[in-house]
Amino acid sequence: MKVLVAMSGGVDSSVAATLLRREGDHVTGVTMRLWGGESDTGCCSVSDVDDARRVAQQLDIDHLVFNFGDDFEQHVVSPYVDAHRGGSTPNPCIECNRRLKFDRLAERARVLGFDALATGHHARVRNADGRWTLRRGADRAKDQSYVVHMLDQRALPRIRFPVGELRDKAEVRRVAAELGLRTATKPDSQDVCFIPTHGGRASFLSRRIPFHPATVIDTAGSTVGTVPIVELVTVGQRRGLGLATAGAGRKRYVVEVDPATATVMVGSDADLLVGRAVVGGVTWVDGPVDGPVLVQCSAHGAAHAARATHAGGDRVDIEWDEPQRRVAPGQSLVFYDTDDDRVLGGGIAQRSPT
Amino acid sequence: MSVSERLVYLDHAATTPMRASAVEAMLPFLTDRFANPSGAHRFARDARRAVDEARDRVAVVIGCQPGEVVFTSGGTESDNTTIVGAATTRGGRVVCPATEHHAVLHSVERLGGTVVDVDAAGRVDLDRLATALDDDVAVVSVMAVNNEVGSVTELGPVSELVRERAPRAVLHTDAVQAASWVDVRELWPHVDAMALSAHKFGGPKGVGIMAVRAGVDVRPLIVGGGQERDRRSGTHNVAGIVATAVALDDTDAERDAERDRVAALRDRLVDGIVHGAGDVRETVDRSDKVAASAHVLIGGVESEALLYLLDEADVCASAASACASGAMEPSHVLAAMGVERSWAMGALRLTLGRTTVEADVDRAVDVLVDAVSTLRRRTKVSL
Repeated sequence: MKVLVAMSGGVDSSVAATLLRREGDHVTGVTMRLWGGESDTGCCSVSDVDDARRVAQQLDIDHLVFNFGDDFEQHVVSPYVDAHRGGSTPNPCIECNRRLKFDRLAERARVLGFDALATGHHARVRNADGRWTLRRGADRAKDQSYVVHMLDQRALPRIRFPVGELRDKAEVRRVAAELGLRTATKPDSQDVCFIPTHGGRASFLSRRIPFHPATVIDTAGSTVGTVPIVELVTVGQRRGLGLATAGAGRKRYVVEVDPATATVMVGSDADLLVGRAVVGGVTWVDGPVDGPVLVQCSAHGAAHAARATHAGGDRVDIEWDEPQRRVAPGQSLVFYDTDDDRVLGGGIAQRSPT
Repeated sequence: MSVSERLVYLDHAATTPMRASAVEAMLPFLTDRFANPSGAHRFARDARRAVDEARDRVAVVIGCQPGEVVFTSGGTESDNTTIVGAATTRGGRVVCPATEHHAVLHSVERLGGTVVDVDAAGRVDLDRLATALDDDVAVVSVMAVNNEVGSVTELGPVSELVRERAPRAVLHTDAVQAASWVDVRELWPHVDAMALSAHKFGGPKGVGIMAVRAGVDVRPLIVGGGQERDRRSGTHNVAGIVATAVALDDTDAERDAERDRVAALRDRLVDGIVHGAGDVRETVDRSDKVAASAHVLIGGVESEALLYLLDEADVCASAASACASGAMEPSHVLAAMGVERSWAMGALRLTLGRTTVEADVDRAVDVLVDAVSTLRRRTKVSL
């Protein structure tokens, strides 16, 4: 089996390459070069390419670097900027998985004659009776099935997640340590690779889009303040709204952001709760599912019980069993089976229904 | 991995193997004759003499005075020092065409200089250059041979124009890709400064030549012990300098014969690709290029993918310039030449050298034609 392993220089992908090599696969490492601009973090800096190459050398496997900078700009960075302009809160890492890792890179791997593409994600791929399933990683604490939920029957046969089979963090560390992998202690990146640590999101976006102030209103429609940059306000946000603390313990949260009318609506924590959610751009692992599901709203959050209704096209309506906090538009909602193990599909939160 | 018998190496513009004569010449200075030539004893004088003799030999090949030869760490240092150093001494603007090597381009950009458009072969457009020149210009840098597409710029007309329009300017040429195929003696009369790199003509990596005409003051980038007449400090790389002189000498002696031999192989290679693969464009007309350069644009394939398949079949080639991470960067040369992005995506550079033989070329054509058809077929499946 000829396998191409996406290596970021971090522990997980290094261990993935190691495990495949042990299984006797013909393994080649690859690092995507995605971001040519300013960056001091994340998975695409030159120093990370260096780390990945050194690990590959230690494993005695070839290491390639592919420049997908144009695709990354077009399919990840530019939509990220547009989403912020439109008042939503995108997850660029998921779009990178969808458009770059599991599309552009997977396709390149196929064209070059590789049988499969592997990554260091904590998730599991299974095949039963000719159907492919995507499951949570064996180590639930490190599970990353949320960020790879877009994989479907067409993609899964050619995907390998060796690290997702390991039961705990210690096992990952042990493999890394046994090999004396130089990245054994290097933390995996949690940051958006194209957002510099210094200056952050605000400084990045300020170079791409104009910022606008907005009026802050309460749920009754009364003006209670202003924010300087509506493009940086997120549903659920509590700080940085410039509101005087109105009475003891009365916290106010952003419940809606609308750059079109330049308004931000705030409310109590009770106002933040909703009974429904609308999900767009939904993809399914093995076809549409209606009925009881568990829905996860962030990479490391718990999944909550709900009823999913396939509303036609790529839209799904979610009715929560218990009211849940609003999900910021742009964030991903991922559906699991009621055993909370199998990924059914997922999509992107749309503006809250009124 | 060492370069094996079956490996077809067609990346001589990146670097070419050292000449045996150069390796042999450098060994004594890595062992017995290890002295620092700046010392005050007979042992030092022995090393000093070796450096001086090397300088004489280099001067003969360039056709300049020995005192006009400065040894550096490579082509990049030579380019940087001349451009930045001469601009600093004189004050004024710096100018170069858009297709220069980054060693020149980034020096000019750092100084806030003017980058001039080029023609379809990647050579400086003389009309555009004329408009960029005036009394304020301190340095003009124009490459003799382009490192990506191989086009040759006639320096005579460039020189006339610069003398007329920018009389204060130092005219520098990056001749790094020229030395093996062009008689540098014919370049020198047109310019005030020239950069060469030893490893491009069979010398070792880490040695460069910066020829600077007497009377042209270039402020050093590297200061210290005042070696190289205060133009470039740092203990002499004696072994490297000696080997460089030997390599340049041998290159000069063999150049005419090698050029004819390699040009015939290059033609065989390009003809084979054009006829075998189909939908292939030659980037620059062969009559405008150095003998060893083949550069083609292959329709319907991506260079990165193609290079992988070539590598897998033991054929070493190149696309655009590689960046520090090892990824292929989109070529600034092809962009400046006005090559459409869809064609630039399939750019392939094959550069021949002293060690290239007919069997290499035939293998390369077979492998390449096969790889191109594989990529086109597999890409189609997904559409």
